Formats: sequence, structure tokens, C-alpha cells
Amino acid sequence: MKRVYLDNAATTLCDKRVVDAMIPFYTDKYAVASSQFSHSPGIESKEALDKARETIANKIGAKLEEVIFTSGATESNNMAIKGVAQANRTKGNHIITSSVEHRSVREAIESLEKEGFRVTKLPVSNEGFISVDDLKESIRKETILVSIQYANQETGTIQDIASIGSVCNEKSVIFHTDAALSFGRLPIDVKKEHIDLLSITAHLIHGPKGVGVLYIRDGIEIVKCMYGGFNEFNKRAGTENIPGIVGFAKAVELIGPEEIKYIKKLKKRLYDGITKRLDAVQLNGTQKESLPTILNLTFRFVEGESVILHLDMKGIAVITGSACFSRSLEPSYVLKAMGLSHEEAHGSIRFSFSRFNTEEEIDYTIDAVYDVVKKLREISPITPNK
Amino acid sequence: MENIYLDHAAWLPVDTRVLKFAEGFLKNGVGNASALYSFGLAGKKVIEEAREKVAKLINAESENCIVFTSGATESNNLAIKGTALRNIKKGKKLKASSIEHISVLNPMKELQKNGYEFNTISVDSTGILNLDELERSLTKETVVTSVMYANNEIGTIEPIREISEIVHKKGGYLHVDATAAAGRIPIDVQNDRIDLLTLSSNDIYGPQGTGALYIKKGVKLQSVLPGGGQERGLRSGTENLFGIAGMGEAARIAKNEIAQESERLGKIRDKLIIEILRIDESFLTGHPTQRLPHHASFRFSRIEGESILLNMDMYNIQVSTGSACSSKTLEPSHVLLAIGLKHEEAHGSMVLTLGHSNSIEQIPKITKAVKETVERLRGLSPL
Repeated sequence: MKRVYLDNAATTLCDKRVVDAMIPFYTDKYAVASSQFSHSPGIESKEALDKARETIANKIGAKLEEVIFTSGATESNNMAIKGVAQANRTKGNHIITSSVEHRSVREAIESLEKEGFRVTKLPVSNEGFISVDDLKESIRKETILVSIQYANQETGTIQDIASIGSVCNEKSVIFHTDAALSFGRLPIDVKKEHIDLLSITAHLIHGPKGVGVLYIRDGIEIVKCMYGGFNEFNKRAGTENIPGIVGFAKAVELIGPEEIKYIKKLKKRLYDGITKRLDAVQLNGTQKESLPTILNLTFRFVEGESVILHLDMKGIAVITGSACFSRSLEPSYVLKAMGLSHEEAHGSIRFSFSRFNTEEEIDYTIDAVYDVVKKLREISPITPNK
Repeated sequence: MENIYLDHAAWLPVDTRVLKFAEGFLKNGVGNASALYSFGLAGKKVIEEAREKVAKLINAESENCIVFTSGATESNNLAIKGTALRNIKKGKKLKASSIEHISVLNPMKELQKNGYEFNTISVDSTGILNLDELERSLTKETVVTSVMYANNEIGTIEPIREISEIVHKKGGYLHVDATAAAGRIPIDVQNDRIDLLTLSSNDIYGPQGTGALYIKKGVKLQSVLPGGGQERGLRSGTENLFGIAGMGEAARIAKNEIAQESERLGKIRDKLIIEILRIDESFLTGHPTQRLPHHASFRFSRIEGESILLNMDMYNIQVSTGSACSSKTLEPSHVLLAIGLKHEEAHGSMVLTLGHSNSIEQIPKITKAVKETVERLRGLSPL
């Protein structure tokens, strides 16, 4: 059966060139870099680690010692939020976030709420934007941290990060942003955008799973989340996952400018193709300030779960709501926060693209979506004018 | 010159059979294992199979007792912080042996800030836990006691069955860090009545960046990494399919080969010990018999471990001078100090850990290199 993978916002295919770069570190390159005094293979490994750190630091405009390797974005988000909150507890107990964050940010903040921190969750517009004025007004004396995502995992809506960064900078509040889906898709400059902490992960840019980075601006105090050795400038314990880290850097090197243009084209092709052939299709999010990799559509009068299962039978992998959300049948909190009704949220499908998708796959998907939605609408009791 | 790798406690090459089995999940392993579509469900199946293989390695009662993590450090942190915080009503006392890995000691020290009381239990000169002291120091409020299965620096195997009885008599939970022991000697968590057990994938020839925590049925933990709710809500984050599948396969192979491989390496180790102890003023560290089959550790008076390491490297032989994680500091190893060595004695240590790539034919080369190294360094030493 034909297979079309359009769930690249959940995870991407690890590039073969990335795998090739990693394998030697699994099989014959001694890969422990912590020892100060080491035999020659240990030194080689330390050099590979340093080089990978440099690649990633350059990509976001950071200094070497500001790049901390973790086990992924979930750990980076937890470490950033809990680490900053604990370290700045004496300065204040107020945290500002948005109502559409990824669950790892959302739950890390909820765990702090249970410990007595106060939380303001900023609402979003029906396109998914927070208001920078709202943010300004919400900042008070006790505010120690603002955590607002770079772009949304379900709709692709990109926040005005530079303005948010400026506001936080003016008010001397620490600013964390979860950029797991934006890294490698949008140009990020942590200094220009006044970002103090930034979470990114390898597996969303064709790198391996199990590796992430937390950028921590020089001077930002943070309490460790994982205790043990002195690894990662004494900010994150645990033997470095050298093959994974090498793979992450390779994945970063492989990102080219043409790739984004190509993915944008695929997204437009799918959107145009579907809306030309089907009525009552609504775009969730926004046209302009949106990730090239994500397209979220609601097909009125049908259930997202049924669409997914029927598309799956045709070999197409997509999701309804966020990937981590598909376990429950609750409608997506992101779409609800954007003002979608229960029905609209339930009928939503997220398509997400990568450089490995082809125009032919997009055309196949358009046909499949058309067939599936048409059939489901025919049997749906809520379709008008059947 | 042939390369002889003797630092298998720090890093292991991934077994080629493991790589062959799991490589596909690195290359083609697309799909989120938590999603509903069929690629996702296939990923889920891989994870459940791996869980079963890891469960079998330690004879866990059910595969559901295994939670995958990013490595032993995270497993130790989750076991200690997760159990202590969730069972706070039980008490706020923590105990650990004085020779635990820093990823056990440091989370316990950290919990002191939350009002927990933490003490270490001493070991004798061979590294065996002082059982009388353990028994005396435990109270009903002791919520977690952590004792490693075997020590990574001196190879000593702890009497876990007896320790478990003592801990359970007082009603506390026993956490065992089995990073150094798993895959080297048989482990049976049910027979030993272990509540929590830490495993590292790379230490059983699996990929780096993956570990596991065994949690006995009924033991309750608080998540330290909330988010998407993977791994029964205890450990969020997109599952590392390749790492998990690889660790599972490594566990399956280890289970099959443990008896044969430990006998083979045990013979090499015994011979190495006999040969190296012929050197003047050389001593075995750790227990003479209750020790890991692949582990030989020594100290030489009047020389520095770092110089041994660098000198041996010139023979293309890689050895270690203690724990890979602590050799970043210039402090002498806390393990060697705990077994009663003086500072200058602890500095002259050398650890040899054997693995698949080692053979009995390498012994003459190794012993020759060690002898020449020690002689040369002593010739230079002002001591």
C-alpha cells in the first residue's frame, strides 16, 4: 500500500545522512566526553561534542556555553520552567504563559501552581495569537517568568516573539520559548529576539529521537532538574548521548533554504486542492504568520477520528488535535482556546509536512481526503441539504 | 598496534546484533508511537516488546513494571525523587551507601532542601555495606534506601538479598542501582524483593541515551517529567523508538549469554589480577571474590591514576582511573575514600573493565604495559 506520512509535527524521518554520522559513535568511537583526563578516543569524543555544540549555537546566535544538551524538548521545557521558577522563588511567584502551550509546558507550569506559584494564562485570538498588550498588562512586580511558544504545535500560528521578547526585556522578566516546531523552519536569533531560554529538539528536523537542547542565556540562574555528575556546564547531569548529539548537529547542517520554500509549496498545494473540491472547510490558525510545515483544517459535519481512520486505510498518516492528544477523545484545548466549538474542534485534521513529502503524495492526499470526507458527510446525520 | 579497550564501565560499543535489530527504527522509524494511525501502532508494539525483554532480564513480575527513561541518571533521579515526594506521608528520611554513584547521592542531597534527612551507611574495606549499621540507622520514617547492586569503581557486589530483608523489616522502599551489574551477573528482582531498580542501556551493549526503571507493582511515584503523559505518565516525551528497541534487544541477548560471557571474562580477570599483583606495592581494590566478573581494580602506591591512564594510552590500551563521571574533578574518588584509603592512596588507582572485544591472548600485552607504566612513573615520582 502507498504510504504518505503527514504527521511531521509529531516526529520526522531521521535523515540517512544523520544516521550515517551517528553509527560510528555507537559502534567504534568511544563516546564518553566527561573525563578531563582521558585517553585519545575520549578526547576525540569530546571534540565531536564541542563541534556539535558549536553548530547549534551558531544556528540560534548563542554562545557555546549557553547550549545545554538534554533528552528532548519535554525535558528542556521542564528544566527551563521549573529550574527558573525554583531559582527565582525569592524574587516572586508569578508566571505568565499562553493557553495554547504544548503539554510539557502546560503541565510543568501546573506542577508549579500546585506548589503555590500564581499563573496567568493569556487567551489567544481566533487565529491563535496572544496579545502583546495583554502580556504587558499582566506583568507585575512578582512576575519572574514568561513562557510563550514560538509557534503552535497544532495550527502553526507564529507568535510575535521579537515583541514579546522586548516587553520581557524592558520589564526584566525572564522569557522562555518552546521552539520545538519552529527551529529549522524559521530563522531564530536568541539575542535579537531577547530570548532567555529556548527549547528545541532533534527529532522534528530529521534528527534522532531522545536529544534536545535548552539554550540558557548567560547569567540566567537555574536550578538543576537532574542531579548527578557535572556534565553540561554543571547544568544537566548524565552521560552525554554523543551519537544522538552528533546526529542532532548533522540534522542542523542539512537544513537548507530551498527546503522551506519547497515545504511551503506543498502546504499551499494541499490547501488549494482541498478547498477547491470541498465546501465547508475551515482553516484553523492563520494564513500569513504560520509555520510552513503545518496545515490544520476543520471539515464541517464529520468527526476527525473517522477521517483519520479512513485516511489510515489509504496509507495516509495524519492526526486530529495534537499527537500527544490522540490518546483521549477530548477535543483539543488549543482549538477550544481559539474559540472553536466542540464540533469544529472534533472535525479538525492536522497535516504536517517535511522535505521527504512529494507533490505526487499531496495530490494523492487531496483525492483521498475528498473521497473520505464526501463519503462521511453522506452518512452524517448533521450534514445539511443531503 | 592493536587497540585494547579496557574501559567498558564508561562506554560500550553497541552490539552489532542490537544495531542490526534496531537500526531500522532509527532509519525508517517514523511515526509517533502514541498516535492512533497504523505507523504509530507499530511503534507502540516495538516498545511493548522491548519492555517485555527488559522485564525478563531482571525477572520482573510484569512488563508493565518497566518505564523507559533517557538513562541511568534520570532513572536514579526518578526513583529517588519520585518515590520520596509521592510517599512523603510515610516519612522524610533517606539512606544510601557511601559508595553510591553521584546520580544517587546528589538527588538525595538535593532533597535535604525540601526538609528530608539524608545519611550514608558506611562500607568495609572491601566495599561491602555495613549491615549492622544499616539495621541500626533505619527507622519507620525511612522512605527510600538506595544501595547499588555492584560498584562501578571497585567491582564489589553487595548482598542485596540481605539488605532487602533489613530494609523491608522497617517498611521502607529499596532502590537498587544496577547500572554496573545488569548484564554481568543474573538479577532477580522478585527473589531479591527489590522495589525500584535502575538499568542503563549502554551498559548492556545497547544504544546510549536510553535507560529504564523497574518499579515494583504497587509502588507509587510522582512524575518528575510531566508533559504528554507517555510511560504511564511517569516520563513524558516522544518515545525514543531506536533506543528502546535497542535496549530491549540488548537485554534479550544479555539474558541468553550472561552465564557464558561472565565465565569467559572471569577467567581473563583472574589471570590479570594475578599478573598485576606481582608488581611491587600493588593492591587489589574492592572485594577479592564478591566482585563483578569483568572487573579488576587496583591501586599502586607512589603514582597518579591520571598518569597511568595517559601512559597506557601510548600502548593503545584504554583504562580508567575511576568513575568516568567524577574524573572531571580533581577530588579523589569518594568510593576509594569510603573503603578507607588515604587521599594519596586513592589517587593511584587503575580500573580495568572487560567486554566482548577482550580475549585471553591480550593478557601478556596488558600486563607488560602496566608493569612498564608503573616502573616509569615511579622513576619520575618525587615520592
